[in-house]
Amino acid sequence: MADLTTNFIGIKSPNPFWLASAPPTDKEYNVRRAFEAGWGGVVWKTLGSEGPPVVNVNGPRYGAVWGADRRLLGMNNIELITDRPLEVNLREIKSVKRDWKDRAMIISLMVPCDEESWKDILHRIEDTEADGVELNFGCPHGMAERGMGSAVGQVPEYIEMVTRWVKAHSRMPCIVKLTPNISDVRLPAEAAKRGGADAVSLINTINSITSVNLDSFSPEPMIDGKGTHGGYCGPAVKPIALNMVAEIARSHETRGLPISGIGGVTTWRDAAEFMALGAGNVQVCTAVMTYGFKIVEEMISGLSQYMDEKGMVATSDLVGRAVPNVTDWQFLNLNYVTKAHIAQDACIKCGRCYAACEDTSHQAISMSAERVFEVMDDECVACNLCINVCPVEDCITMVEMDKGAVDPRTGKPVGDYANWTTHPNNPSVAAE
Amino acid sequence: MPNSPLTPGVQSGRLPGPAYARNFGDLEPVLDRHEAHVAADRCYFCHDAPCITACPTSIDIPLFIRQIATGTAEAAAKTIWDQNILGGMCARVCPTEQLCEEACVREAAEGKPVEIGRLQRFATDKVMAAGVHPYTRAAQTGMRVAVVGAGPAGLACAHRLALHGHDVVVMERRKKPGGLNEYGIATYKTPDDFAAKEVEWLLKIGGITLQTGVELGRDVTLEQLRSEYDAVFLGIGLGGVNALRSPGEELAGVRDAVDFIAELRQTVDKSTLPIGRDVVVIGGGMTAVDAAVQSRLLGAETVTIVYRRGQDGMSASLHEQEHATQTGVRIIHNAAPVAVVGAGAVEAVEFAYTQTGPDGLVLLEERFTLKADQVFKAIGQTLTPPPGVAAAKKLDGTPMAGVWAGGDCAAGGEDLTVTAVAEGRDAAEAIHATIMGAVR
Repeated sequence: MADLTTNFIGIKSPNPFWLASAPPTDKEYNVRRAFEAGWGGVVWKTLGSEGPPVVNVNGPRYGAVWGADRRLLGMNNIELITDRPLEVNLREIKSVKRDWKDRAMIISLMVPCDEESWKDILHRIEDTEADGVELNFGCPHGMAERGMGSAVGQVPEYIEMVTRWVKAHSRMPCIVKLTPNISDVRLPAEAAKRGGADAVSLINTINSITSVNLDSFSPEPMIDGKGTHGGYCGPAVKPIALNMVAEIARSHETRGLPISGIGGVTTWRDAAEFMALGAGNVQVCTAVMTYGFKIVEEMISGLSQYMDEKGMVATSDLVGRAVPNVTDWQFLNLNYVTKAHIAQDACIKCGRCYAACEDTSHQAISMSAERVFEVMDDECVACNLCINVCPVEDCITMVEMDKGAVDPRTGKPVGDYANWTTHPNNPSVAAE
Repeated sequence: MPNSPLTPGVQSGRLPGPAYARNFGDLEPVLDRHEAHVAADRCYFCHDAPCITACPTSIDIPLFIRQIATGTAEAAAKTIWDQNILGGMCARVCPTEQLCEEACVREAAEGKPVEIGRLQRFATDKVMAAGVHPYTRAAQTGMRVAVVGAGPAGLACAHRLALHGHDVVVMERRKKPGGLNEYGIATYKTPDDFAAKEVEWLLKIGGITLQTGVELGRDVTLEQLRSEYDAVFLGIGLGGVNALRSPGEELAGVRDAVDFIAELRQTVDKSTLPIGRDVVVIGGGMTAVDAAVQSRLLGAETVTIVYRRGQDGMSASLHEQEHATQTGVRIIHNAAPVAVVGAGAVEAVEFAYTQTGPDGLVLLEERFTLKADQVFKAIGQTLTPPPGVAAAKKLDGTPMAGVWAGGDCAAGGEDLTVTAVAEGRDAAEAIHATIMGAVR
C-alpha cells in the first residue's frame, strides 16, 4: 500500500489532502470534524488584525454555475476573511492542534501592509503551536479594496517585502498564496521566493460574475439589487490552476520552490494531476462545500490505488512527474500525426461529431444515409473536437500514424521530430 | 352485500368507491419542473436527429428539449405544435417506445431513452394550462373548406387551414368532437377530459365552425359538400368493426371493444359500469389492451387477451403488453375463437390453437375453453365508405377532384393519432396550395 504521508516544507501530514483557507476552516467545530473525516491538514480561515473583526454581507455570499443536472461546476463568493474575534480563533486553533498533533495546521493571515501589523499578528499566533503560516495575497474582493489580499498579490514588490517581514519576525514555515488575477503568475512567485517564502500556494479565486439575474438585472449573488465581483472557484477553474502551477514548476527561476496546489480539486484524480505538475500537496474547498468532508475517503483510496497500480511508493514518486512534459508550443513535434478513428461498434449515431466537424472544423467526417459516421483521413487535421463532443468515452480515439507512412491529407510521409523553431515557414528561420 | 370481483355475471360496483378514481386517474403524471430539467439534460441534441425522423409529424425534438432545458417551455410547445397541433394528446398516447424514443441514441447507448413523450407533455401542458394559443390566422382568403370528421386528422387539417386564412366547417357525426381521442383511448391515458379541452384550445385559432351530429351520407352528401365548398377533407375514420364470424357471437355479453371503451370514456362515475367476472378480449392491438386493462380496473377477476398469432405479431406495443400483464391481464398467443358458448348469455369461449405455416394461419386440433361472462371483440375496424365513394378497404389519397382524405380512413393510415395528425396537416397544405393556386 502506497505511503500517502507528506512532508511539505517540514510540515508533516498523513496525506496530501488539506482543506484550503475558506469557510470550511473557519472554526473549531468544522476543523475537528474535518480531521475526524480524515483530512491531512487544514489552512485555517484567514485571520485579520486585532480589533473589531470584519463584517460580512447579510444576504447571499455565494454564486454558482451549474452543469447538466445542476452539478455545481463553478462557484464564487464575496465572503471576507474570518468575521470572528481574533482571540476566539487563536484559542480554537490551539485547542484543535493540541488534540490533532499528526495533522497539519496552517494559519492564513491577512493584515494591513505595514511591518508592525505583520509583526504583531505573527507574535500573537506563536502560542497556538500551528505548523506554519499562509499569507493571503489572493482574495480578489472586499479586502483588496482596503489594500490587502490581491491588492498585495498583484504587486510583486509588495509580496517580496511582506514575505521578508514574515520571515524576519517568525520561525514558522511560510507559504505565500498567489492570486490568479494577474498576467504572469511567475512574477509573484519569483517575488515570494526572493522574499524568502518556503512555498507558494495557488490559485486563489478568480474575479468573476457568475450570472446576471435577467429579471432584476443584478449580478449574482445579489445584495439588495446590486452585485459585485466575487472569487471564482470549483471544477471550472482547475485548468487555469493547473497551468499556473505548471508555469511555476517549470520556470527556471522558481523551479524547486514547493507548491501547494489549489483550484477545483474535486477527486483523487484532480489531486494527482496537480501533484504530477509539481504540487507537493493540494488544498480543497469547493468540493467539500458541495459534498461535505467525507469525500476525502475517496481521495485517499483513489490516490492510494493509483499509486499502487503505478508502483509508486511515496507521494514524492508522483510529485513533478509531468513537469518535464510541459513545454512551449514551439517545441511541439510537428511531425506527430494522428487521425481520429470512430469505433463503429461503440457509436450510438448521435452525429455530434459530424455536426461539430462539418459546421465548425475541417469537414472531415462523412455521414451516410444509415447514419454511419466515418473520418476522412485526407481531411482530418486531428483537432480532437470530435472526441471532445462525443458522448461515448473511447468511441472516437486518436490513432498515431507510423513514421514513414504517408499522411493522406498532406501527401507527405510522417518524418522525424521537428518543431517550429526549424520550420521553413518560421520567419526567424528564413531570416538566417 | 355489495358486489366484488367474485360476484358472478356482468355487474357494476365491483370495487370500493375510491378504487375507481385511483384506477382511472393519470397513469403517468406530468413531469414537474425539476424532473423535466433533469430529463431534458439527457438529450444530446443529435445532428439530424433520429427521433425527428421517427416521429410521423417530424417534430424538432432536440430543439424543443433544448428549449425546455433553457427555461422556455413556451417556445418548446410552439416547436411541437408547429408540426403537431395535437401534440398534447400525442404526448399522452403515442407509442413513443416504437417511435421517437426507440430511435433515441440513448436507447442505443444505455437502453434508456430521453423521455421525449413526457417532456412533450410538460411543455404543452404548461402552455395550455396558461390558456395560451400561440397562433394567429393569416388574412382571410374567403375560401371555404369542409372537413368531415372531427378526429385527429380532421382537427389537424382544420387548424392548419384556418391558420392559412380559410374558413373551415368541421362536421362530426358524434355528439362530441375528438374522434378516437374522445371515444377510443383508455381513460387513464387522458384523464380530466383532456381530449375535449384540447379541442377547445385548438378552436381558439378561430375560423373553424364545428357542427356535431352531422353525418356524411345521412345529413349531407359528398356532392353537396363538393359544390358548396372550395375543398373537402374526409377524416371519417373507420366506422365498421370486424366480426368474429364464430357461432354464438350474437349472445348477450359479447360486445365490440371500441363501444366498451367509448362508453367508459363517456361515463363519469365508473362504478356504474357493469363488467364481467371473467372477461375475454379477442385481438392483439391497442384496442384489445385498452379494453382488457380497463376491465381489470373495473374489477373483473380474470381478464384474458387471446390473440391468434404470436407475441411479435401483436400490434400493441411491448410497453402496452407489459402494462397489461402488470395490471393482471393474461395474454394467450396463437389461439383463435371457434365458438362462443352459452345459453342466452355468453358462458365460455372455445378456442383452437393456431400455427402459422406456409399457407398462413392454420387451426390445430387442440382446443381449450375459457370461462367468460363478457367477451370483447377487438379484431380490427373497417372503412364504411361514404355514399358516392367507391367501396374499398381504405380511401385513396384523393378519391376525387376537390376531395382529400387522411387519418385511419385513408390509405396509409396507421391507427395512430400522430399519423392522423400528420396526414390532416399535410392534406391542409395540399388543399391550401391547390385552392390558392386556382385563385392565381
